[in-house]
Amino acid sequence: MTQAPTRAFAALLWRDVFVTGRELVAFLAQVILQPLFLLFVFGKVLGDLGYTQGNFEQVLLPGVIAFTAFLTALQNVAFPLVIDFSYTKEIEDRLMAPLPTSMVAVEKIVFATLRALVAAVLMFPLGYWVLGEVSITWSAVPAVAMFLLLGSLVGAAVGLTLGTLVTASKINLVFAIVLTPLLFTGSTQFPWAALDDLRWFQVICAVNPLTYVSEGMRAEMLPSLEHIPVWVSAVALLGFLAVFLAVGVRGFLRRAID
Amino acid sequence: MTPAVQVQDLVKRYPKRPVNAVDGISFTVGAGEIFGLLGPNGAGKTTTIGVLTTRVKATSGTATVAGIDVGSHPVAARARLAVVPQRVNLDRALTARQNLVFHAAYHGVPVAERNRRADAVLEQFGLADRAKDKVDFYSGGMGQRLLIARAMMHAPEVLFLDEPSTGLDPQARLFVWDRIREMRAAGVTIVLTTHDMDEASTLADRVGIMDHGTVLALDTPEALTRSLPGSTTLDLSITYGALDDAEAIIKELSSVAGVEQVETVTSAPPVAATELRVRLYLSAEAAAFIAPVTALLLTRGARLTAISLGEPSLEDVFISLTGRDLR
Repeated sequence: MTQAPTRAFAALLWRDVFVTGRELVAFLAQVILQPLFLLFVFGKVLGDLGYTQGNFEQVLLPGVIAFTAFLTALQNVAFPLVIDFSYTKEIEDRLMAPLPTSMVAVEKIVFATLRALVAAVLMFPLGYWVLGEVSITWSAVPAVAMFLLLGSLVGAAVGLTLGTLVTASKINLVFAIVLTPLLFTGSTQFPWAALDDLRWFQVICAVNPLTYVSEGMRAEMLPSLEHIPVWVSAVALLGFLAVFLAVGVRGFLRRAID
Repeated sequence: MTPAVQVQDLVKRYPKRPVNAVDGISFTVGAGEIFGLLGPNGAGKTTTIGVLTTRVKATSGTATVAGIDVGSHPVAARARLAVVPQRVNLDRALTARQNLVFHAAYHGVPVAERNRRADAVLEQFGLADRAKDKVDFYSGGMGQRLLIARAMMHAPEVLFLDEPSTGLDPQARLFVWDRIREMRAAGVTIVLTTHDMDEASTLADRVGIMDHGTVLALDTPEALTRSLPGSTTLDLSITYGALDDAEAIIKELSSVAGVEQVETVTSAPPVAATELRVRLYLSAEAAAFIAPVTALLLTRGARLTAISLGEPSLEDVFISLTGRDLR
């Protein structure tokens, strides 16, 4: 990119960061409450009541962090886009900025990824606070960070695809059909490898990109647990990223330019 | 001098539509001109503006803005043009002033300069006291003013206004017109679409009348109205001698070259028996008929007591070109 598009891109990103700063409490409530309750009820309450065994809460935590990153990114691209394109048209002023239209879509992805990473990082102290322990070693941090970044990017790209495909009138339906299955087939609450006896479900989980974020996180944070090889998870996520980015940017261009 | 806008054989066909939305139009807008695109709903005005503002891809033909081909260099074109859309699309997460400042930031205007410009246009558009309000709390008219103010923030060379005064009250409309004239005075070329005849005839230097994707006529508002045949009129009140009679006068008036029809005015009957009120329908400018008509009456000893010239309005031209069918 030459100078003007770079400046425009930075200004778009700054606008989004600026607005988030203005509504920090809403942002934190939006990203923290759901995973916090998940952790508390499934990790803490069920454990204390004796319904879960062993270190289930430490199996759950990496999954919840993965899910936080993935879904925060997805929702932060998809919801605003659906509303912008179908209703408020607020995005038009950004589409008229002097930068390639596809870069407006990329900015959405970058910003949603930033938000998702903030939310995911917050889950570590929250996890420690709720569970009293977080299983992670310093040497695992770079790989964990990489999986969080990849997971956020894939989530944002899926959000771009959904946000440009769905019209405002169908948003409720589509998100009900997509989000709930995505949440429960993403291997967040269980290790994927343990599904050997439930083969059909294991296959379904394997086509959910969130599975590879959860498995990648778990492989780094609980290496002793049986998991999908780290390189397989990483390659799968890169593959999903390429596909959804291509489809999402195409969808964005279709909506932005007649 | 490079024309501000140049459109050549422009065609836009939307998929799965039987006819072209824009069907091979060509026109040029000179730098510093106010150009009006007039047409009924669905005529292709907004699509044309869409192509010129890089939001619609042309099927064929070329369009340049400030000398830049909008199809092949949309990013460069966006830096030189600005759009005021039909619908308010302000950033509702921001205040009015922030809307202006961020818009300028997108366009790379340096910080100090964008703050200075924001204060200046807020003042110019009468919004200074509401600068810190969220735009959510703005009325429709204020929103429209802020849209135009925002468009000015990156000092565009060509400003496109899509139906700028739709939904405005008369005060706001006059206010917006004054601001548009100010911008023109500052050297900005203005292209506006409208179906408001008043707006087109009072604001625009030249008007293109569009329908069904084609430009039907393009000229100054005055020339367009002059060109409409049979719609200029001359109303005459004549007092004639006791020996003369009305029938004979009408017959003779009808024989004047260029007079297409003579009609007795019945809505205002004559006060005296020897008075005649007629309307002449003419094929050319009404003023040109005053001399021959006066001369003719003089030779008969009749006297012209009142005269009134009727010019067609732009609306007459518009209806004559686009018909009376509802869209």
